[in-house]
Amino acid sequence: MANEEKRPPQQPQDDSRRRFLKYTGTAIGGVVVGGVVGGLIGANRKEDGKTKPPAPGASPATPAAESDRDYNQAFMFFNQNQFQITEAATERLFPADDLGPGAKELGVAFFIDHQLASAYGTNARDYMMAPFYQAEAYQGYQMAFRRRELFVLGLEALDGYSNNHYKKKFVKLTPEEQDAVLTAFESDKADVKGVPASTFFSMMRSLTLEGVYSDPLYGGNKNMGGWKMRNFPGNQMSYMDAIEKDGLVKMEPLSLHDHLTS
Amino acid sequence: MATKLPKVPVVVVGMGWVGGIIAAELTKAGIQVVGLERGKSRSTEDYYHVHDELRYANRYELMQDLSKETVTYRNNEKVRALPMRSYGSFLLGDGLGGAGVHWNGQYYRFLPYDFEIRSKTIERYGKNKTPEGMTLQDWGITYDQLEPYFVKYEQMAGISGEPTTPDNVGKMSKPYATGPMKVTPGMKLFSDAAKKLGYKPYMIPSANLSQDYTNPDGVARAACQYCGYCERFGCEYGAKADPVVTVLPVAQQTGKLELRTFANVTGISHTGGKATGVTYVHTPTGEEFFQPADVVVLASYVFSNVRLLLTSKLGKPYDPKSGTGAVGRNYCYQVNGASTTAFYDDKEFNIFMGAGALGSSLDDFNGDNFDHKDLKFLHGANIRYTQAGLRPIQHNPTPSGTPGWGQAFKQASIKYANRVLNIAGQGASLPFRHHYLDLDPVYKDALGLPLMRMTFDFEDQDKELVKFIASKTKEIADQMGATKTEMRDSLSTYSIVPYQSTHNTGGTTMGADPSVSVVNNYLQMWDAENVFICGASNFQHNSGYNPTATVGGLAYRAAEGVAKYLQKPGSLA
Repeated sequence: MANEEKRPPQQPQDDSRRRFLKYTGTAIGGVVVGGVVGGLIGANRKEDGKTKPPAPGASPATPAAESDRDYNQAFMFFNQNQFQITEAATERLFPADDLGPGAKELGVAFFIDHQLASAYGTNARDYMMAPFYQAEAYQGYQMAFRRRELFVLGLEALDGYSNNHYKKKFVKLTPEEQDAVLTAFESDKADVKGVPASTFFSMMRSLTLEGVYSDPLYGGNKNMGGWKMRNFPGNQMSYMDAIEKDGLVKMEPLSLHDHLTS
Repeated sequence: MATKLPKVPVVVVGMGWVGGIIAAELTKAGIQVVGLERGKSRSTEDYYHVHDELRYANRYELMQDLSKETVTYRNNEKVRALPMRSYGSFLLGDGLGGAGVHWNGQYYRFLPYDFEIRSKTIERYGKNKTPEGMTLQDWGITYDQLEPYFVKYEQMAGISGEPTTPDNVGKMSKPYATGPMKVTPGMKLFSDAAKKLGYKPYMIPSANLSQDYTNPDGVARAACQYCGYCERFGCEYGAKADPVVTVLPVAQQTGKLELRTFANVTGISHTGGKATGVTYVHTPTGEEFFQPADVVVLASYVFSNVRLLLTSKLGKPYDPKSGTGAVGRNYCYQVNGASTTAFYDDKEFNIFMGAGALGSSLDDFNGDNFDHKDLKFLHGANIRYTQAGLRPIQHNPTPSGTPGWGQAFKQASIKYANRVLNIAGQGASLPFRHHYLDLDPVYKDALGLPLMRMTFDFEDQDKELVKFIASKTKEIADQMGATKTEMRDSLSTYSIVPYQSTHNTGGTTMGADPSVSVVNNYLQMWDAENVFICGASNFQHNSGYNPTATVGGLAYRAAEGVAKYLQKPGSLA
């Protein structure tokens, strides 16, 4: 890293978290019990919405500041510039508003960084054998290029387009200008080294929704903030007693982490 | 040089529903079976952290690794077929249990009309009703002949359903094994609306158990918890019937099944109209083995069944120009795309809860249950409202006109996350002369064998069907008290990109006429009497239903055929 003293791109933002909790503060309660497979149901449910299960290995003596630190928030793939463009662009795709947090606060850029470092980013489980030909649209992705390579090209193109049209880097643009740039990519009016810009755009859009709504274990959906906004209860073991009910049944969401038993 | 193993009575290729059923039936009868599975083993313990939408639904944890093998695709013969490089239109299973692990559990016996579709269509509408190029065939078996085998599957899997069924579906000699699933408010809105219109809605028969159940083999399974993670997921409770929690343990308990995982079969050896055994690669080492057997059973997914015949040069490949040969003929799919979404501004539903086969459906516009005289298509669709559990990455409904991103998208998709009900048709797919499977001339799998090539597109038949069925979904949705409804009624060129359905069918079809079928009605191959081929690859067309019930019934029929053949070799036709 170039500058060790620089503050990490995203620190816990207590203010916005409090604001967010205020808006969604009613999503507590909702008891659901199944009962057939003893080892799975109920074995590790939180007793109430207030206490969080400790992280594995965290001792009760660990200072609060220490345990709040998210060691998962570091780069596996991006450089700092790539991360910042991703954070700014995805925040436009899924912005913070009165409903709750946006992509930035939810950690979506970290999610994307981690995904591009994974099997997904290298197309490890895709058919990547030659020959490669220009395809009809209905035949799908036909490039030898890997997702992580395409994504970085797309980020560079976002900066390139911004420089050409506004004489500024993408992250320095106003939100309205950033939207205009993204719209140009969505509608193939920008150049990504000959690859349709919309291919990059739709990959980024999909990754953004995945980062907002996947289990927090992947680095996005921080504190299940994406789920809370839409009353999605995450990983529940049973809805046996709720499935027939009229009206929305609200319950505190659970993540896969909450479902860890030793 | 392949290592030659001791000969066994039966070798089964593929350990999914078909392989599991056949293995269980034969081993219970004391017959020694070797089961070859190209993928890994599985158990319910693997699903401890299965409630993970990204890993299972978006990254396809349970599916075949496409880097090793895929299919190629083109819309017609003038286009170069290109490989399906990443998942889209359908999801191929892999490993123990195959696609039987990641299914939803919706269980529909095909209609009596389906099995005799050609005869019954001509009988009612005359010869000219069938459009040019449509290659309808009877299946060589009737609904009544197959009925006892449906019952076997239902009792084994514990299928849950209403005690009586509507009069527009096939008669049942025995009620479902367990009672129907629970009814949600959305399902009630659908069935009330349908009844008001004079239709005959019924609970979708379900392989997600409505109650704890012990089957005739003594396998006990727990009731479904409605957790909302079925399709693309394995069931940690074993509540959803799959081969791993039903038939495979029964076969293994007999001590007569030798199950070999990581055994990828690459060829069937044959001489003088009989198979001698199969060659497989032990994938961890690349070592080759030859397994001799009295009977070879192909029990893989559609593409693998067809491909293995073609790479082994067994049977006559289909030639679309002359219309001769049957291996690869009558590839069909599923015609989805007719649907109506009901948006509710004043109501919320718990649509994140659910089960794969939870829902209500009707067959008033399926099969030949309605008059097609003045319509430009044949067959129809099962129309349904299902509550399979909608998860947040893949379910972001917005009314038309909403932008695809930004604040307006965020607000609308969150607003409607729990405020939509979708009424959809699952349409039949009928065969055409120029829809078929053959070996790709260019692309190979990781072992160097040619990939399966699919040539397929939607026809006017399909487009007309979608238009008609969509109007029915709207008619029902409009009676459901929604703020507004939006209908989708157009079908364009078939695309491999968006997910549609994992209901691929045909290629090793069954029938009474060897010139237009690969197997007889015991699923015994016409061109090699000791080879049995079973699966949705036997379908002469695909009905307006999920295929597994009919696959399961045929598997029990095939098991009986193999046992008969071992007692007295020769053609069973």
